[in-house]
Amino acid sequence: MADSSLQQPVAAAGSKSQGAAFQWGKWLLVAFVFGFLGLILLVPTLNVFVQAFKAGLPGLLETFSNKFFLNAVRLTLITAAITVPLNTVFGLCAALSLANKNFPGRSLLISIIDLPFSISPVVAGLMLVLLFGNRGWFGPLLDANGIKIIFALPGIVMASIFITMPFIAREVLPALEEAGTQQEEAAATLGASQWQTFWRVTLPSIKWSLLYGLILTNARAMGEFGAVTVVSGNIVGKTQTLPLFIEEAHIQYNSQAAYTAALLLACLAVVTLVVKFVLERGAGIQSKSH
Amino acid sequence: MTSSPPSSSPGLWHQILHAPWTWRVTWFYLILFLFLPMAALVLKALTLNPAEIWRIATDPVAISTYNVTFFTALVASIINGFAGLIIAWVLVRYEFPGKRFLDAIIDLPFALPTAVAGLTLSTIYSTNGWIGGFLEPFGIKVSFTRLGVLVAMIFIALPFSVRTVQPVLQDMEPEMEEAAWSMGASQWQTFRRVILPPLMPAILTGVAMGFSRAVGEYGSVVIIAGNIPFQDLIAPVLIVQRLEQFDYAGATVIGTVLLLISLSALLVINLIQARGRRFYG
Repeated sequence: MADSSLQQPVAAAGSKSQGAAFQWGKWLLVAFVFGFLGLILLVPTLNVFVQAFKAGLPGLLETFSNKFFLNAVRLTLITAAITVPLNTVFGLCAALSLANKNFPGRSLLISIIDLPFSISPVVAGLMLVLLFGNRGWFGPLLDANGIKIIFALPGIVMASIFITMPFIAREVLPALEEAGTQQEEAAATLGASQWQTFWRVTLPSIKWSLLYGLILTNARAMGEFGAVTVVSGNIVGKTQTLPLFIEEAHIQYNSQAAYTAALLLACLAVVTLVVKFVLERGAGIQSKSH
Repeated sequence: MTSSPPSSSPGLWHQILHAPWTWRVTWFYLILFLFLPMAALVLKALTLNPAEIWRIATDPVAISTYNVTFFTALVASIINGFAGLIIAWVLVRYEFPGKRFLDAIIDLPFALPTAVAGLTLSTIYSTNGWIGGFLEPFGIKVSFTRLGVLVAMIFIALPFSVRTVQPVLQDMEPEMEEAAWSMGASQWQTFRRVILPPLMPAILTGVAMGFSRAVGEYGSVVIIAGNIPFQDLIAPVLIVQRLEQFDYAGATVIGTVLLLISLSALLVINLIQARGRRFYG
């Protein structure tokens, strides 16, 4: 904007003093942004790395021989490995059902798919407890058949599915709309089957959005805390995921263990942001709020 | 709503049976993982008698958690509304070293698990932490107080305020400002009369989304707060505490209150966006 005032002959009279004021204002605002983000985002993130390496590499590696830590890592990976594919199938189906179509209630359906973003994770977990817990709707039925959902892996997976449900549909839908239907129709005319059209025509046009949706789903599934706290029962070594392990270690003043686990999840966050950055530069994915 | 064209003859069941399989997967998934759990909460709340619901919902501890939750979330989202506007402005209008880096890390709160955020914020804002240590001589304590809840809520809700305003600002043409300027408007006038009005729907949407997220937040707050009733106990933490005591009725009522608030916030967001589209399309 400082430049644009130079191109404005009309404003040229006062441009010198105003330009100087602009420079001042600009650097003041930039300094504010660095200060604010520093206090809220940068210093806290840096702190994770500093604390994790406080006792050097040996301190960090010590946690890796902790059986409960390894169990938490394993459970987190298993949860993501089930949640992400299921939500991918759902997200693709939902996006394909909605894209390039017009029907009454379409925007309502989109809002419904977005609902999990507006519901507190704790409330989401509570819903599952009321449904599958031993005093819930299906409690007696599950009990009679010896099936455990709450305080076990299925509950953790269902909570993660609930929380991350909208991500993929939300990323893929705009990409499908942008790609339009012409190519798919052409493929169908040329005799391609539905599957062929999907694999050869539709998927390539949405692959970057899909990848971004996958990354977000994965990051959230691995990091979910509130909903998992409620349904998991936090049984050490059994139903404790990494975020729950962090809380427990923190409460017991085992700062090294807490920060080692935090380091793993922080690295996951950094990878997520880097992938997003690369995708936005390379493939023109729009950044948007969730 | 189940199938595409609102054709009159074949009937709903016919439409459901002959819907494309992508439709059937979508609905099956929504019913199993979204509608069924939501129905469980609502029906459980309905089985309680109204007097009981009222007693639990207006219990002094519950009331104090609403106060802490909603007031702190509101303050956090308003602070983020201002900060987000400035951040978006700086990222869109100015060139400076480190700009791309700053732009990339705005999304950090979406990517960083809340347990990690709570852990590291509580460390650096504790009385012997990097930032908390500076504040301690002034008698300001952050970790384990309501101020800590505020810091955590600012953290997790920040991206909403930036990412809603940024694209609108990007699409705004500087010609309008230059015109206002060349006609002798002061910087403040230009900002208030020309720049701010079209940004307002985006700012309010960001504030409402941030508020909605902050109200529901559990992970980062439970770690940084002391979770003491009447001081810094928030409603989601109270739900978890009630569940730990197997008080399902208590958890259900407070959970329903939170759910209703979230849905109202969602409605407000949609109204703001609809109005924004109408006026500034």
